[in-house]
Amino acid sequence: MKCVDAFRSREITAPLVEEIARVLTRPVRIMEVCGTHTMSIFRHGIRSLLPEGITLLSGPGCPVCVTPAGHIDAFLAAARLPQVTIATFGDLIRVPGSEGSLAEARAQGARVEIVYSPMDALTLARQQPERTVLFAAIGFETTAPTIAATILQAERLGVDNFLIITALKTMPQALEALLADPELRIDGLLCPGHVSAIIGSDAYQPFAERHRLACAVAGFEPADILAGLLGLIRQISEEQPRVDNCYTRAVSAAGNIKAQRLIDTVFEPVDSEWRGLGPIPGSGLALRDAYQRFDAIKRLSLCVPPAHDPKGCRCGEILKGRLLPPQCSLYGTACTPLRPIGPCMVSNEGTCAAYFRYSGHKGRQDGQTTSFR
Amino acid sequence: MCLAIPMQVVAIQGGSDELLDPQVALVESDGIRKEIRLEMADRVPAVGEYVIIHAGFAIRTLTEEEAEYNLSLMRRMAEVLEQEGRLPGAPE
Amino acid sequence: MKADAIISLDHGSGGLASQNLISGLFLKYLTSPQLRDLEDCAVLGEYAGRIAFSTDSYVVDPLFFPGGDIGALAVHGTINDLAMRGARPIALSLALIIEEGFPVTDLERIIASVGRCSEQAGVAVVTGDTKVVPRGKADGLFINTTGIGIASHRHDISGKKGLPGDAVILSGTLADHGITIMSRQAGIDIGGDIASDTQPLHRLVGAVLEGDAGLVHVLRDPTRGGLATSLCEIAWASGVSITIEEDRLPIRPAVNTACEMIGLDPLYLANEGKCIILCDQDGAEDILQLIRRLPEGRDAALIGWVGEGSSGRVSLTTRIGGSRLLEPLTGQPLPRIC
Repeated sequence: MKCVDAFRSREITAPLVEEIARVLTRPVRIMEVCGTHTMSIFRHGIRSLLPEGITLLSGPGCPVCVTPAGHIDAFLAAARLPQVTIATFGDLIRVPGSEGSLAEARAQGARVEIVYSPMDALTLARQQPERTVLFAAIGFETTAPTIAATILQAERLGVDNFLIITALKTMPQALEALLADPELRIDGLLCPGHVSAIIGSDAYQPFAERHRLACAVAGFEPADILAGLLGLIRQISEEQPRVDNCYTRAVSAAGNIKAQRLIDTVFEPVDSEWRGLGPIPGSGLALRDAYQRFDAIKRLSLCVPPAHDPKGCRCGEILKGRLLPPQCSLYGTACTPLRPIGPCMVSNEGTCAAYFRYSGHKGRQDGQTTSFR
Repeated sequence: MCLAIPMQVVAIQGGSDELLDPQVALVESDGIRKEIRLEMADRVPAVGEYVIIHAGFAIRTLTEEEAEYNLSLMRRMAEVLEQEGRLPGAPE
Repeated sequence: MKADAIISLDHGSGGLASQNLISGLFLKYLTSPQLRDLEDCAVLGEYAGRIAFSTDSYVVDPLFFPGGDIGALAVHGTINDLAMRGARPIALSLALIIEEGFPVTDLERIIASVGRCSEQAGVAVVTGDTKVVPRGKADGLFINTTGIGIASHRHDISGKKGLPGDAVILSGTLADHGITIMSRQAGIDIGGDIASDTQPLHRLVGAVLEGDAGLVHVLRDPTRGGLATSLCEIAWASGVSITIEEDRLPIRPAVNTACEMIGLDPLYLANEGKCIILCDQDGAEDILQLIRRLPEGRDAALIGWVGEGSSGRVSLTTRIGGSRLLEPLTGQPLPRIC
C-alpha cells in the first residue's frame, strides 16, 4: 500500500509537529493507554519532536503489564504439569511471577511455545492429541474476539485438549477507575487504536462529557499519533473536550459489531484484578457457562493464588501515571531489562523499559529535546 | 500483533466447509504472504481490498479509498488553518 | 559407503563405522590434502605476519533455510570473524557433535554445503573431529569451526579504534538472516525475496584494506543482536557517540514488512553476510564506491557518523526527524503482541 509510506513521511509529520507547537498555549498532560502507542512513540522518537510543555504519560495499556502475578503463577503451575504445553504470545514469556517466568520454566524443561495467533495454539492441540495445550489468554478487546473465535472453532471441531486460562481485560472500566482518582491529573487521553476499532469511538463519549477530558482515537503510524495529539491540543486550548476520531480507516463510532458479538457469545464481564491497580469491577472477561469445559483452572484443578507484588515494586503507580520510572528505587538498580522485577520493565511496551532506553540522554541537543517527559 | 499497516488481500481461500475448510484471506505485501482468519472482520474482503490484522485475524476491511481518506484528512490538518474550529471531515 | 539411514553411536567411536563415515562422506566433499592425510593435526607451514585465531559454534534451528544452512553459516561465520580484524583467512577446522539418530542424508547435505562454501571462499577445512552423543543429548547437530588467519602489520583494526568524525558504512541490506529464521517460526510464507544473507566477507575486506593507508578504523559483522547491538559495542569500546539515520538504512521492503508482521525490530536481527565499517570521513566516499562494485557489497550505504562526544551511546534519527537512543539487545528478540 503505497500511501503507507506517506504516513511516515516528513512531508506529513513536519507540518503536524509545527502546528502542535503553534497551538499549544499551556503545559498539558496526556495519557496514552495502548502498548502499541507506547512503542510507536518511542520507536519514531516522537517525544524528541514535541515542544516543551507536553507531558506524555503511559497508562495501563499493555496487557502483559497488567496481568497479576497470581495469573503468571497459574501459568507456571500448569507448565509444570506432565503432558501440558503452554502456548503464549511472545511478550508474556519473560514476565516474572512470584517465582520465575515462563522462559525460566522452559529452560528447566517445561514445554512453552510462542504463538502469533490463538488459532496456532488450537492447531498445536490438534497436532498433538496426547498433550494438553493451554493458551495464556491475555489481552484487551482486540484480542478477546480472536480467542472467542478460536474457542468456537475448538467446540465445533470437538477438540478436548485445548484449554485457556483467561486473563482478558476490558479498557473502559479501567479508564473509569483511573479517571476517578483525584490525584491523576490529565488533560487528554490518546485512545487506543485497535481496541477502539472493536468498541467504537463512542465508547469514550462518557469520559469527554463527565470528566471534561479531551479524547482522540489515533492509529499507530507517526502521522496518526501526531494527528491525534494535535486534535487533543486543539480541544484543550479551545476548552471543548470531545472525542475526535483520527483513525477513521480502522475505527467507526459504533465499532466492530461482529467482533463485539463474538466476545459476548463466549465471554461475560467479571470483576478483575489489574496488576498495580487492584480490583476493578466489570473489567475482566470470563468464559460463559456453556464454554466452561475450556477453562484450564477448572479442568486442571489449578488455582490463581493471590500474589503479592515484589517489595519495592511501584509498577502500579507507574501504570497510573503517578510516578516516573527514576522515582522508583528499584529502577536501574535491582530492576533492569535483563533482570526485570515488575512488568513495566519486562515488556518492551512497559513504561520503564521504554524509559530505560532514554536514560543517560538528558537535556537539549541541537535544539532537539531528547529527555523523557 | 497490532499491525498498523493494512495489507492487501490477494485471494480468498476455503469456505467449502465452515468447519474443516473455513474461509480465510491470503494477504500479501512485498512478496510476504500470510493466511488471515476472517471470523471477526466487519465484512468479508473482496480480492484487492485491504485488511487490518491482529493476531492472525482481520479486524477491519477497507477499500483503498477509505485508507486514502484518512491521509487526506491529515494533510488538511497539517495545512495552516485560517479559521479555528473542529477537525475537518467526519468519521464514516 | 553403505547408505545407513541414521547416524549411530558407532559413527563417533573411532572404529570402522567412523572411518567409513569420514572416507565415504566427509572426504567426498572436503578435499584439502591436509585433511586427507588424516593426521592428528594439520601443519600449515610458515607465514609472515601476525597470527589471528577465532572460534565459533553453530546451533541454529532450523538447520536448513532459504539462502543457506548450518554448514554455510559455520564456514562464513568464522571466516568473517577473522576478516573483521583485517586478517586473511588461511584454514578452518570443523568439529561436529551429532545426536544419535540424525539422518545421514541431512549430514551429507550439510557437509556438501561446507565443502562448497569452503571452496568458493578459497579457505580449506584442514582438520576435523566428529562425536556422536546419545539421543536427546544434542539438538540434532552442533558445529564448531575454528579459523586461523594472518593479519598484516600494516593494519590494526579493532572495535576500540573508532574516532570522532568517522563515517559509518553498512555493506548491505539489514536483517535478512534474522527475519528468515524468525519467519519460519511465525508461519509466514516469506516467498522468494527473503533469504539468509550468509556469505564470506574476506574478499570485500581485502579489497578495502589493500590500498588503505590507515583510514579504516573498525570492522564488525553485526550477527546476533543485530546492527544496533554491534554499534553499541563499538561506541562503548571506542568511547565515542554514534548517530545513524533511519532513512539511510538499506533494507528490503519484504524484510521490513515481515518484521512489522511479526513485531520485530530489524535493527536487532542477525546479519550473516554484512559488515559495519568505521573509517575516516575523507576516505568514506571512495570506500563506499569500491564496496558497491563488489558482489558482496552491492547495497552498501553510508548510514551515519561518529559524533564529537564521548558518551559511548548510539542514537538513531528516525524517518520523521525524531531521535531515540539505541540500547544493546537484552535476551532474545521477543516478537510483540499488542
